[in-house]
Amino acid sequence: MHEHRDYEGAKIGMWLFLFTEVLLFGGLFLLYAVYLHRYPAEFHAAGKDLSRIFGTANTIVLITSSLFMALAISALQRGKVLLSQRLVLLTVALAGVFLVNKFFEWSAKISHGIYPDSPALLKLPPGEMVFFNLYYLMTGLHGIHVIIGGAVLLYGWHLMRAGRVTPEHFVFLENGGLYWHLVDLVWIYLFPLFYLVV
Amino acid sequence: MSADAHDHPNFFQPQPGTKGGIASWIFSTDHKRIGMLYLYCIVAMFLVGLTLGFLIRLELIAPGRTIMGPQTYNALFTLHGVVMIFLVVIPSIPAAFGNIFLPIQIGAEDVSFPRLNIFSWWLYVTGAVLAVVSLVTGKGAPDTGWTFYVPFSAVTTTNVDVAVVAVFILGFSSILTGLNFITTLHRLRAPGMTWTRLPLFCWSLYATGWIQVLATPVLGITVLLIFAERVLGVGLFDPSRGGDPILYQHLFWIYSHPAVYIMILPAMGVISEILPVFARKPIFGYKMIAFSSLAIAFAGSLVWAHHMFVSGMSDTAVMVFSFLTFVVAIPSAIKVFNWVSTLYKGSIRVEPPLWYALAFIFLFSIGGLTGLVLGSAGTDVHVHDTYFVVAHFHYVIFGGLGFGLFGAMHYWFPKVYGRMYDKRIANWSCLIAFVGFNILYFPMFIIGLQGMPRRYYDYLPKYAEGHFISTMGSWVLAAGLLLMFWNLWRGIRHGKPVGRNPWGAATLEWMVPSPPPHHNFDAEPVVTHGPYDYTGVKPDA
Repeated sequence: MHEHRDYEGAKIGMWLFLFTEVLLFGGLFLLYAVYLHRYPAEFHAAGKDLSRIFGTANTIVLITSSLFMALAISALQRGKVLLSQRLVLLTVALAGVFLVNKFFEWSAKISHGIYPDSPALLKLPPGEMVFFNLYYLMTGLHGIHVIIGGAVLLYGWHLMRAGRVTPEHFVFLENGGLYWHLVDLVWIYLFPLFYLVV
Repeated sequence: MSADAHDHPNFFQPQPGTKGGIASWIFSTDHKRIGMLYLYCIVAMFLVGLTLGFLIRLELIAPGRTIMGPQTYNALFTLHGVVMIFLVVIPSIPAAFGNIFLPIQIGAEDVSFPRLNIFSWWLYVTGAVLAVVSLVTGKGAPDTGWTFYVPFSAVTTTNVDVAVVAVFILGFSSILTGLNFITTLHRLRAPGMTWTRLPLFCWSLYATGWIQVLATPVLGITVLLIFAERVLGVGLFDPSRGGDPILYQHLFWIYSHPAVYIMILPAMGVISEILPVFARKPIFGYKMIAFSSLAIAFAGSLVWAHHMFVSGMSDTAVMVFSFLTFVVAIPSAIKVFNWVSTLYKGSIRVEPPLWYALAFIFLFSIGGLTGLVLGSAGTDVHVHDTYFVVAHFHYVIFGGLGFGLFGAMHYWFPKVYGRMYDKRIANWSCLIAFVGFNILYFPMFIIGLQGMPRRYYDYLPKYAEGHFISTMGSWVLAAGLLLMFWNLWRGIRHGKPVGRNPWGAATLEWMVPSPPPHHNFDAEPVVTHGPYDYTGVKPDA
């Protein structure tokens, strides 16, 4: 049996999968939109509690990681395998930085007693409760995606070292990169919604 | 076995140079074997769901307690719904017959992502196992109904956690199947297989694939939110925490209404395959049938709130959703009229698959038209949450998808097994099931109009007659279905061997041996005519 390679097909499949991811988050964005409309003042008050410095730092970290990812793919396409491997590792490292940052941000909130079902949270006005519940759910789900994306890219790095992702057959890395850009893109929406516009 | 069995073993036999065995099935990447795995699982789960439904009907034969207590009853109708919807109806035709025949119908060797395909079957099995686990662990089987409505699903002590995880995993499985089919149809059509020569079954799977991809993730996040509400106390639907339970209903139906088109569209595709073959003439209005599948998929995604007319919505929203619901009736009617026109002046050969197809058209038309009664806001207020809804739903899904599935089983049986079942018994079982079906569900329209609420354990004496007739019907229906399955089972073992094309059909799957060999085609076929062009095509058995 001949080996079947269909790059176009693999990319169609990946884009369809990305649609499903957008819609998965879409359900939560829908809830956010409705509740923001219902509790504008409470969202404003609760949003002030989030650290803009942490948020901005993480935004810069993720956008930079997306840049490295894009560079890694074009490096591979031009045959610079070693450079590509390093850029992928840099991307994964920045994913780690993002998660560490997020860990500290969550820890700070949790140490103030603000987490789902906590006694302090239940004393807040309903709108603020909704805000923090959405905050934990959406950034939490996004965090899980960062972990999955990082793992996928690490596996791509491994495949490059094993010679199974090469300048001729790079569709795995390209699809991994597409996934990573989606993870980045979701954050690009989460950041203003939680840290800026309210 | 025929003479060339050694050179080209069929897909049931081991690959040359291998021993076969169970691992060559459950880890197979062959679309035909995966389809068969799905088919057997789905039939098994169908029998489970059938038994549960049978027991529910038995309990309802007379007012008061008959064979079970109220808590058991609640668990049984929840399970009947979860098993039938998520384990039978959603995968049914696409995952079983779509997997087996979509690649062959377009002249391909396999689907685009064979490993993803077997992975999605494993997800299905995992989901099925978890659904069973949710019955026997925790504090009792889920009792929320298959819709998992909050606030009850957030507070009930029964084992909803495991059940919603099962639903999430099954949704993932469904997405992967849809994604695989869309990519396959775009990339792997044989030379000459243009979009307008695509069999209508493939068109219906294409439309279904898009709904699976675009709607299922919303269900995923919805059941995750229930999980978060129960386990983490997030409470986004809990009014005491600022949440709104109505939003749960919106999110749930944003998936679950399009999901009924995941259920019915592939069955419509099967009917579009069967009718022209047995009318011996090209299908009437090929392009309109193909287009109407896409139109149903699109319009069907915009009507979800017609499930919520009494939940509290603005009058404007009610009118918009009511109007959009009526719009869906147009492409559905296009299909029905085209099917009937296909039969008109055909030289009809009456065979079991055609009987099932005709039963489909009859039952689906009743189900579809009563859907308009529910989609119209004024009448919906009267019949909302009554047995009228139960009857409508079962006419569309069981009468539609169910009979479509049975039609597919009888139509493709000789291709899959290379044998023919007893046609006389097949006809009888179709008739018995059809009669039983109507005795079972038609009285529900009447007691529904009289105000019998759905899901109730007990009822007033004035509904007793309707419930009694209905339960009688369930026995007739079950007898018909058991006869059908027994007949098919006997056909697998003792049926008369058939050739490649016993029905005289013109689509590509009938050009390959029965059962098909591992790689489907010896050489990539070149398609030169449409799927319903019967010029020179004759049945060979």
